[in-house]
Amino acid sequence: MAEINREDVAHLARLAHIDMSSEELDRMAGELAVIVDSIKSVSEVAGDDVPATSHPIPLSNVYRDDVVGETLSNEEALAGAPDNADGRFKVPAILDGE
Amino acid sequence: MTAVHDEVLSFDEAMEKYDPALGFEVHVELNTRTKMFSSAPNGFGDTPNTNITPVDLGLPGVLPVVNRVAVESSIKIGLALGCKIAERSHFARKNYFYPDTPKNFQTSQYDEPIAYDGAIDIELADGTVFTVEIERAHMEEDAGKLTHMGGATGRIQGAEFSLVDYNRAGVPLVEIVTKPILGAGRRAPELAKAYVAAIREIVKNLGVSDARMERGNVRCDANVSLMPKGSTTLGTRTETKNVNSLRSVEHAVTYEIQRHAAVLDSGAAIVQETRHWHEDTRSTTAGRPKSDADDYRYFPEPDLVPVVTNDAWIEKLRSELPEPPAERRKRLQADWGYSDAEFRDVVNAGVMSSVEDTVAAGVSPAVARKWWMGEISRRAKIADVEPAELGVTPELIVELNALIETGKINDKLSREVLDGVLAGEGTPAEVVEARGLAVVSDDGPLLEAIDGALAAQPDVAEKIRGGKVQAVGAIVGGVMKATRGQADAGRVRELILQRLGVEG
Repeated sequence: MAEINREDVAHLARLAHIDMSSEELDRMAGELAVIVDSIKSVSEVAGDDVPATSHPIPLSNVYRDDVVGETLSNEEALAGAPDNADGRFKVPAILDGE
Repeated sequence: MTAVHDEVLSFDEAMEKYDPALGFEVHVELNTRTKMFSSAPNGFGDTPNTNITPVDLGLPGVLPVVNRVAVESSIKIGLALGCKIAERSHFARKNYFYPDTPKNFQTSQYDEPIAYDGAIDIELADGTVFTVEIERAHMEEDAGKLTHMGGATGRIQGAEFSLVDYNRAGVPLVEIVTKPILGAGRRAPELAKAYVAAIREIVKNLGVSDARMERGNVRCDANVSLMPKGSTTLGTRTETKNVNSLRSVEHAVTYEIQRHAAVLDSGAAIVQETRHWHEDTRSTTAGRPKSDADDYRYFPEPDLVPVVTNDAWIEKLRSELPEPPAERRKRLQADWGYSDAEFRDVVNAGVMSSVEDTVAAGVSPAVARKWWMGEISRRAKIADVEPAELGVTPELIVELNALIETGKINDKLSREVLDGVLAGEGTPAEVVEARGLAVVSDDGPLLEAIDGALAAQPDVAEKIRGGKVQAVGAIVGGVMKATRGQADAGRVRELILQRLGVEG
């Protein structure tokens, strides 16, 4: 059984900005442990000679030319925003970020 | 805002007890026409939220596509930094929640950067060379711009809400990361500044970035840690974010060294965290605790396929690289015949390219240096701008110099002519005419002025007659004043001595 404890779930929930109740944390710790175990079984099949796969389709180098295309108008850009001011998205002040 | 002033040790004392280790993450904004993953224009200063497409807003169902030119510019940067170029690299999602990215992740590169394992030589002002090893250079995208509203200072502290402009979101960035830089000792702040200046010069020279720090085209995060003298174990580091001028880089590194030393001296431990640099107080304040890479939950970006390079592509890009700055400097110094000190002064004053253009326009290297290091640098210092930003063209210098060489004006008058030209009064010749600045070469008015000056200072005249020729300067000064500087000082001296019947 994988080691996913309640603190791990609480930490992940905080990173993902998901509000979870105490009961949910307990339940998810158990469920996530099962999920992690299931995924682990993949490594039993893939040995050291199998490279890690990030993309299932063998495709590379898909590029776009550096040419300006169509853009949204300011009104269109803000159309889906909960709030705006001065042509900009209005968001709650959040202390410190990247 | 309540300012908390941290204790600092004097720089000298800090250096007696500790050795600093530095590390830099420099973000370079590329000057491609469009963004990294969308065809929105990569512009500066446009109406907020107009240079955007659904991709930049992370709207549902969008698919990003990589900008080929951005990849090629990134490879060029890698090559110029002496890096290996990855045969295969891919993009990754760096997950974090902050309104500067509407997607809730930044598309970056993690375990497979486009370029790695490089090194560049950094030359300090006195010619000492430090080799800085480059860990990696990876491709990513810039974030939107937040403006904090409400609150007294316009800073995040006390703000009531923030306004976001996503024009910058998705602008191509290359992040250049150094390996720990050891052994700089008390020259660490100077090296920090020189390193960022070198990166700026390289990307500007490559033509891949506008490299204007005041616009945020080149931004530096500076990592500092201290080790007690004699130790080889790296100390805990802090990362001072967004130090965005060369002067600030030097000051921020100095300050963090002094602050770390005080913390360590008190027996406390350095907290691994980001720090915010404040140019006004020349100090840093604590930001957030440094997240572990794990907390960003990086994973391969499923919407973008890997970038795979080959020798032919890389060699083609290598063949397009301009002459490296260090080699260019060597060539120019040899061409111009400057001494090491003269050349270094020109480089440090930021006028090497200006001198190059001026020599190409047709004056001697000595004359070009005289102008750029003298009058133009002096004016730039007063105006607090770069010399090249004053609007003095090579052609203007050629014309001013021709007026001096033909004896129409002297050095002193040429400065006044420059005033006139910069004030928009026309060409140098027109300014000379309009302001009546031509050198007085007719001896008549000069003799009149000399008689006046001798009469005004009879004691000095007497000294000269008595053989104290060096006293003539006072009379020359009087004549120059009377003629508003429009006399040829050498000729005036001759005439005074003649007048007094003294051998020069």
